[in-house]
Amino acid sequence: MKNSLLTTLLSFVFCTGVFAAELNIEITSGVDNPIPIAIVPFAMEGDLTGASEDVAQIVSNDLEQVGEFRALSRANMLSLPSEASAVHFRDWRILAQQYLLVGKVTRSAGSQLVQVQYEFFDINREQMLVGEVLTGNITQLRDIGHEISNVIYQQVTGRRGAFTTQILYVSAENVSEELTWFRLELADYDGRRSQVLVESQEPIMSPAWSPDGQQIAYVSFESTLPRIYIQTLATGERRQITNFSGLNSSPVWSPDGQKLAMVLSKDGSPDIYVMDLRTNELRQITNHPRAETEPSWTLDSQTVIFTSDRTGQPQIYQSGLDGGFPERLTFDCFYCAKGRLLPDGVNLVHVRRETRQDNSYRIAILNVETARIITLTDTSLDESPSVAPNGSMIMFATKHNGRGVLEAVSIDGRVKFRLPSAQGDVREPSWSPYLN
Amino acid sequence: MGTYNSNFLKSAILAFAIMGLAACSSTAEPEPVAEPVAEDTSGIDATTAAARRMEEERLERERQARERIEQAALNTTVFYFDFDVAEFQPADRETLAIHGRNLAANPNRRIRLEGHADERGTREYNLALGERRANSIRDFLIVNGAARSQIETVSYGEERPAQQGQTEAAYRMNRRVEIK
Repeated sequence: MKNSLLTTLLSFVFCTGVFAAELNIEITSGVDNPIPIAIVPFAMEGDLTGASEDVAQIVSNDLEQVGEFRALSRANMLSLPSEASAVHFRDWRILAQQYLLVGKVTRSAGSQLVQVQYEFFDINREQMLVGEVLTGNITQLRDIGHEISNVIYQQVTGRRGAFTTQILYVSAENVSEELTWFRLELADYDGRRSQVLVESQEPIMSPAWSPDGQQIAYVSFESTLPRIYIQTLATGERRQITNFSGLNSSPVWSPDGQKLAMVLSKDGSPDIYVMDLRTNELRQITNHPRAETEPSWTLDSQTVIFTSDRTGQPQIYQSGLDGGFPERLTFDCFYCAKGRLLPDGVNLVHVRRETRQDNSYRIAILNVETARIITLTDTSLDESPSVAPNGSMIMFATKHNGRGVLEAVSIDGRVKFRLPSAQGDVREPSWSPYLN
Repeated sequence: MGTYNSNFLKSAILAFAIMGLAACSSTAEPEPVAEPVAEDTSGIDATTAAARRMEEERLERERQARERIEQAALNTTVFYFDFDVAEFQPADRETLAIHGRNLAANPNRRIRLEGHADERGTREYNLALGERRANSIRDFLIVNGAARSQIETVSYGEERPAQQGQTEAAYRMNRRVEIK
């Protein structure tokens, strides 16, 4: 108590666009038979000073990271075509490639705009699948690369790519015994181009996206107490939306964007509440003397999934917005928490500790209809799973060499990649919705 | 002189103990004869004065002992918890009761209870667990006379570990409530 005034004075918080230390991807596990794809370096035409990005490399990294593709090494390429007329399919067939991407980047003299023309081929059928020209500012080459990755991923797998999405996460850097910097950061899905949104000497927790990707919510202790804030990304405008006594935590938007689930302990113990964002009306969903926390939503925005330790150990439950007796979803685990539905509405990703003796916390998926469980990870301190909007991968936080890192795993558990941080611990990834 | 006194004291106590046993009476305190060297030798009054002084000294020693215990209790401001348990350890009851009585005796005193968890398990559940730990101590302080308005609680979950590392020893230090 004696320190609280001082702490309040010292703990300053600001919003900034400063670039933070970047995370670099490390692929730790892939599929057995990835699809071979040749991605030829794009030709550069005209004045391209200032264009530092290698578009073909960006596409190549994207496709390899999700594990389903293997890009042909540039050194092994027999020719380097940049347009359809220069493509000889036999050059690629003898290298056992299935797909081919070629393209070129052009900049007209005196213009800030660049044109990126690309063509994508099925080698066995000797057929062009897509060909188009994308125009953007010279600073947007990385975005254009991710956009091309989305198109290729969709063409080959039939599923929408998530390469133009972003992640929020929290980093913590211990400067001294008394001082830790907590930062809320925003980055591309692969950890590149990170920027600090909020910086504070008090903890920051639980970043969450609005379904339209324009706003974020998080918990900040900047007042020395945990309170929920909503921030608009485009303008940086932020407001504190709760100031109840006790815990104010775990904000999560409903899929319809109209409600915010949260945890408050104003009436005694932590319970789940839902705030109607149009009227600010607050509805209590659970009322139990033990801890209820970690709310998430079913796809129809009518049911809240949450963690409760009412039987002694944490288990996952769901309850309709009208309250009523909650339905228990997990049974055969010592500790099951932080449940989130995949976009299919049936598979529930969660943090799981099988038995008291087991002592490891892993990311697992429970099919709520068949009760089948798949454990996706084999590390031991995994938490905060967050699902890509296309449902293909789950990002989570774990410990690697004693430091907090972010990792991603495909929903079948076969593909894994890690995003180590340059410094400090990173945690609590939150994968954005599609940002268009 | 010292030897004489000491021997006299022993036999006096022994005699009284025997008398006490024989009479089964508890009205007579053994102290009166335990201070044979009094300035005023005029019988009952001197004995009573000596007894009173002895009693005062005994009470003073007890008071000092109590004060030491209380001070030690009040200096104990970190309370540790078992894994995944929100209730404080029974061994801390007396110490916490002293904190509660101290708050009752000092209505202007304000404290902040900071609840913490170790890093295992999910962050938000650990935040809730830290809250329940702080609340368990708050409720006990109130039972012992503290006013609700004197106590602020906050949970930091696993965000502010006392000790870094993935060892049982570090985890034990991190599952705690701190009085500030």
